[in-house]
Amino acid sequence: MSLKLYYDFLSQPSRALYILLKTSKLPFEDCPVALRNGAHLNDEFKYNVSRFQKVPVIHDGDFKLTESVAILRYLSREKNLPEFWYPKDSKKQARVDEFLEWQHNNVRAFCALYFQKKWLFPIITGKEMEPKKLAGYKKRMEDCLDSMEILWLSNGKYICGDNLTAADLWAACEVEQPRLASYDPTVGRPILGAWLDRVRSELGENYRVAHEILNKIATKSQKAKM
Amino acid sequence: MAMKFYYDLLSQPCRALYIVLQASKIPYEACPIPLKTGMHLSESFAKDVSKFQKLPVIHDKDFRLTESVAILKYLANEKNLSDKFYPKDSKSQARVDEFLSWQHHNIRGFCTGYFRMKWLMPLITGQQSSERHLKGSKQNMSDNLDLFESLWLSDDKFITGGTPNAADIWAACEIEQTRIAGYNPCEGRPYLEAWLQKVREEPFYKEAHTIVEAIISKQ
Repeated sequence: MSLKLYYDFLSQPSRALYILLKTSKLPFEDCPVALRNGAHLNDEFKYNVSRFQKVPVIHDGDFKLTESVAILRYLSREKNLPEFWYPKDSKKQARVDEFLEWQHNNVRAFCALYFQKKWLFPIITGKEMEPKKLAGYKKRMEDCLDSMEILWLSNGKYICGDNLTAADLWAACEVEQPRLASYDPTVGRPILGAWLDRVRSELGENYRVAHEILNKIATKSQKAKM
Repeated sequence: MAMKFYYDLLSQPCRALYIVLQASKIPYEACPIPLKTGMHLSESFAKDVSKFQKLPVIHDKDFRLTESVAILKYLANEKNLSDKFYPKDSKSQARVDEFLSWQHHNIRGFCTGYFRMKWLMPLITGQQSSERHLKGSKQNMSDNLDLFESLWLSDDKFITGGTPNAADIWAACEIEQTRIAGYNPCEGRPYLEAWLQKVREEPFYKEAHTIVEAIISKQ
């Protein structure tokens, strides 16, 4: 089997690619990488998997590629990806590209940063982050989620109109991440909530499987709060 | 009706698009928007140009598009962008995509972050940023430029191989921005310096950076 996916379900772009491949029924060799064990930080990973020492990575034969958005585009050209994910029509494709470019320094950056500072940082350092600093990260994330609702979710059922595309899958995986840090992004955001439910429902079992670990941890931390 | 290009050459992604548009001889109507006037923040800009209230933007008849990398790809699909910038070969194209994706939360993130904190925000607010924050931002940027050099520039002359493409143009425009903030990105980085000198020779690069150089020479 020529395609390998190196991924960890704790990583948002890893989940997006996993769900994309499974839903599209594209065969691949499953290569999970335990980020929590630092599996990506050793020399073996650096020389054999990816010099960037991150996930996700694909190996297509001896062609190695990182960056989930670059991988999505590669798969759309090379691997019979169903067209709805990444339309071939130039203007429809541009709309998906526009979101996927915007999200890097918006919803990805702010949701990931809050998750890292609130959930990951204490695990790694054994210390909580200073509350005032954490409040800053939370505010920036919340402002960005508000922007997302206004700028991207008021045009139809999905980000690029009335049909699900890769934009929705990538966005949903990012928006789920703060739940690990006991933050529910849909509270006070009914449009975002309705959109997220649609994405979860349309992608069904594959989405659920990819988010199983996240859902378990989110439920546990929610119970701990109560 | 020619495509409209809304831009300010003070903005890194605007310069990158300007260079590839000019070099590919793609006809367009120039719509310069001086960011320092704040006109991009007005309601009329939001309505008539772009709801995102940022630059660059293109209008191709009634099709509006933002995000410089999305625009680059649209130009490749629709407007005969020179293959040199965005190769048609699938694996070569993937390499350019890989860099353009990586740069968002790496050199763009850190170089823009420092530039805004050191040069832009004091201009807008009249207040200097705290020494502590500036020091942190500068260190993060410096570390990331080291990373950029070691990950992308050690083996080949240009970012994805032996010839320059959009990856190099986009990266160089981001890195030049730090010089406005009084930073020398080439110091202690011989690979970066050699690479930047080569990219600066690209057609229309110097023209795109006239404003940047004018600001720096007045400092």
